[in-house]
Amino acid sequence: MEPLTWSGALGPFLNPIMLAALVVFALGFVTNMLLTLAGVRAGEVQINPDHTLTMDRTPVDYALMAMKYAVLLFVACCVGYIVGGMVMPGLEAKGIIGGMAARLTPVWIALVVVFGLSISFKRKLGLYGKLFDSPIGMVGFGLVMFWIFSAAFAGVVATHGPIDVISQMRNEVPGSALPAPDEGMYPYYLLGGDNLGRDVFSRMIYGGQEVLKITPAATLFAFMVGVTLGLPAGYFGGKLDTSITFIANLALAFPVILLFFLLVTPEIVAAGVPQYMSMVLFVFPIIFFVVLFNSRYHTQAPKRNLLVAATLVIGLWAYLSLISNADDPDLPLIFRLWPKPLDLFDIQGNILIVFVSVVFVNSPTVFRIVRGIVLDIKTRDYVAAGQTRGEGPWYIMLWEILPNARGPLIVDFCLRIGYTTILLGTLGFFGLGVSPESPDWGSTINEGRRLLTIYPHPALPPALALMSLVLGLNLLADGLREESLKD
Amino acid sequence: MGLFILRRVGVMLLTALCLTFVVFFLTNLHPNLEKLAKTQGNTRMSDAEVASWLDRNGYGGPLILRYGEWLGVVPGWTREADDGTVTGRCIDRGMEPGDAPAFCGLLQFDLGFSTVSDDEVSNIIGGRLGYTGILMFWAFAVMVPAALLVGVLAGMREGSRTDRSLSTFAIASTATPEYVSGVIFIVLLASSQIGVSPLLVQWGWLDGGTLFLGSARSAMDDITFWNFTLPVMTIALYGMGYIARMTRASMAEVMTAQYIRTARLKGVSFRNIVLKHALRNALIAPFTVIMLQFPWLLTGVVIVETLFNYNGFGWTLVQAASNNDIELLLACSIVAVFVVLVTQLISDIGYVFLNPRIRIS
Repeated sequence: MEPLTWSGALGPFLNPIMLAALVVFALGFVTNMLLTLAGVRAGEVQINPDHTLTMDRTPVDYALMAMKYAVLLFVACCVGYIVGGMVMPGLEAKGIIGGMAARLTPVWIALVVVFGLSISFKRKLGLYGKLFDSPIGMVGFGLVMFWIFSAAFAGVVATHGPIDVISQMRNEVPGSALPAPDEGMYPYYLLGGDNLGRDVFSRMIYGGQEVLKITPAATLFAFMVGVTLGLPAGYFGGKLDTSITFIANLALAFPVILLFFLLVTPEIVAAGVPQYMSMVLFVFPIIFFVVLFNSRYHTQAPKRNLLVAATLVIGLWAYLSLISNADDPDLPLIFRLWPKPLDLFDIQGNILIVFVSVVFVNSPTVFRIVRGIVLDIKTRDYVAAGQTRGEGPWYIMLWEILPNARGPLIVDFCLRIGYTTILLGTLGFFGLGVSPESPDWGSTINEGRRLLTIYPHPALPPALALMSLVLGLNLLADGLREESLKD
Repeated sequence: MGLFILRRVGVMLLTALCLTFVVFFLTNLHPNLEKLAKTQGNTRMSDAEVASWLDRNGYGGPLILRYGEWLGVVPGWTREADDGTVTGRCIDRGMEPGDAPAFCGLLQFDLGFSTVSDDEVSNIIGGRLGYTGILMFWAFAVMVPAALLVGVLAGMREGSRTDRSLSTFAIASTATPEYVSGVIFIVLLASSQIGVSPLLVQWGWLDGGTLFLGSARSAMDDITFWNFTLPVMTIALYGMGYIARMTRASMAEVMTAQYIRTARLKGVSFRNIVLKHALRNALIAPFTVIMLQFPWLLTGVVIVETLFNYNGFGWTLVQAASNNDIELLLACSIVAVFVVLVTQLISDIGYVFLNPRIRIS
């Protein structure tokens, strides 16, 4: 079979239009810049004596208008490709772009539904609804949701399995047809094959799943650690603050890359260092929830006892299942004591290590942010009022200060997921990632970079995917910050 | 001021001591030493042989003592074998045992001997650091002026169209880690298959080859625009966005200050307000940020040197870590920790020094 073209049957119509849009945009940009440098200003709205408004247009306005319509035209062409890919029959007519758009159909539907619902109810949705007032925030949210949905529907979206190898397809260019496709198998490698003959497109989709499985959870844990330590450090101050801050500064001064290399080397793993670290880090969520419920329902003893007991049982059980792994004889004895029938789940060695190192790198920064916010908020009147009412320090910290610190924390949470994604990619890039076969983006970039100048197609899709996800998170954080400052 | 600096230096030394101990502990765990014994001696050594090898080569004592030896505050070990030859930590090959100094460690500038490269660690590190220094210098020379320019332009009219487009650019640059931008740059500018180079060749603007070189190995002998642009750009791009955003925030804050309004009302031109009144105050905060970028750049340098095959400090760190070269890895971490702590110190002191409000009180 013939290899697919990039744009399929729509190409001859849409490509010239897109090119024209690009040229118009570039011309508009250059004209705008030259005119601004020459001292021409954009037109201003004038109020006439009869209370009508007049807008005078200068050449700058026309240049800006041309740029705006060029962008709209470009976006319209992109939508045209997506819709064309979904409705046109036959893969040859769809082309590579159309083919990918067609595979991503569930993602588009989910995105349209989410945006439609959110925009129609945005006034009732609080901060989340306000996000849809800022174009930047909407673009960011769209990018993030795109990757979340494509991870959720990975089984439907991906054309092949993440580790299915077809050896004839080694380093084949995008759009290559399979040599002898079985019945029901997708007959093309949409984005080509990598150096082992696996489908680049499917690996990118499954890689997103892999990344999104780890990063939000790791960020959440880092927040638990940072919040649990940052609240008392900021609120009580004194020796406690000095000592925790010193430890946090130690961890911050440790070069990230060195820490990764030290933690992930097999010898250190064999000595159980990551396991000991997980032992310490995973205690914090339990402490957090116990203190949270204890301080809230302190006056209602039966309810308090129930909640705290439930948290302790569930938390400790999960904790012990998490850190212990009776099957691994290399681990120090302490991690093999928990009886196997009670062990709910084991985390594959490497995932635990990656998870722990990412949490460890992030928590000191979260600690500093939380501590700074608490230092600011504890001078407010409502905290003083709480103290006068006789509220306990933990109640004030968790139920007075923390809810009022949520704005900056939510913004930082979005940013930090992006940063964690970058860290995870760094680990993968140095071959220290989840597993050598894992499709996560960092590892795929690492595999693809060896033959980069000859076969660029295996490394480029995961690189662009990682960039777009992190960009989306950063834009989302920016939009949230802007909207929350408007209050 | 003097007391402040003294206290900062004290805390810094304490931090350095703790961090080096952590690194020492992690690199001298038993499995590391066992692997070292097996690579140095014989792969099929039994546990008893490993133990005796470690004992013979000075890895036997308690950890804290060995850390002291490495630091140079505890006398180096010596051992007399059955045949009367004396070996010891401070006795280099071919040296009379009597001439050897009692202490040899970090404080005596003796970083030990790299087991893999068969050379003094200080020789290796010195040369590599030179290469990385050049890379860092050019990265900074590109990054700092560009970032300050973007930040000042964006911050001088907050909310304007320039501000919005430059801020979006800054956000995009912080979202592009080195291993992504490096890959994109290589594909776009240094591949003979796709990107810009084949087009230029086709148009006759470039005779064969590529616009830039995708490997910086040749830059170690001779730096040219052709082989050094991509690594420098890759490092500079990621750090730039952050500095630019900080500069923008600081500039925007200064532009709303009372004294700027006064200057405006007095009729000072906008150009003069920005250049003479606002700029100096707006650049205090970015100074701190720029200094704190060093630790981040360290990660960037490791990635870029691996990606572009440039055998500098970062590349050495990767090699040392993957080859279990304990002494070299320790030396690398000393350098890394030193860089981080010293830049933190400079940024703290510099902030106080530059900001008249704090300096005078």
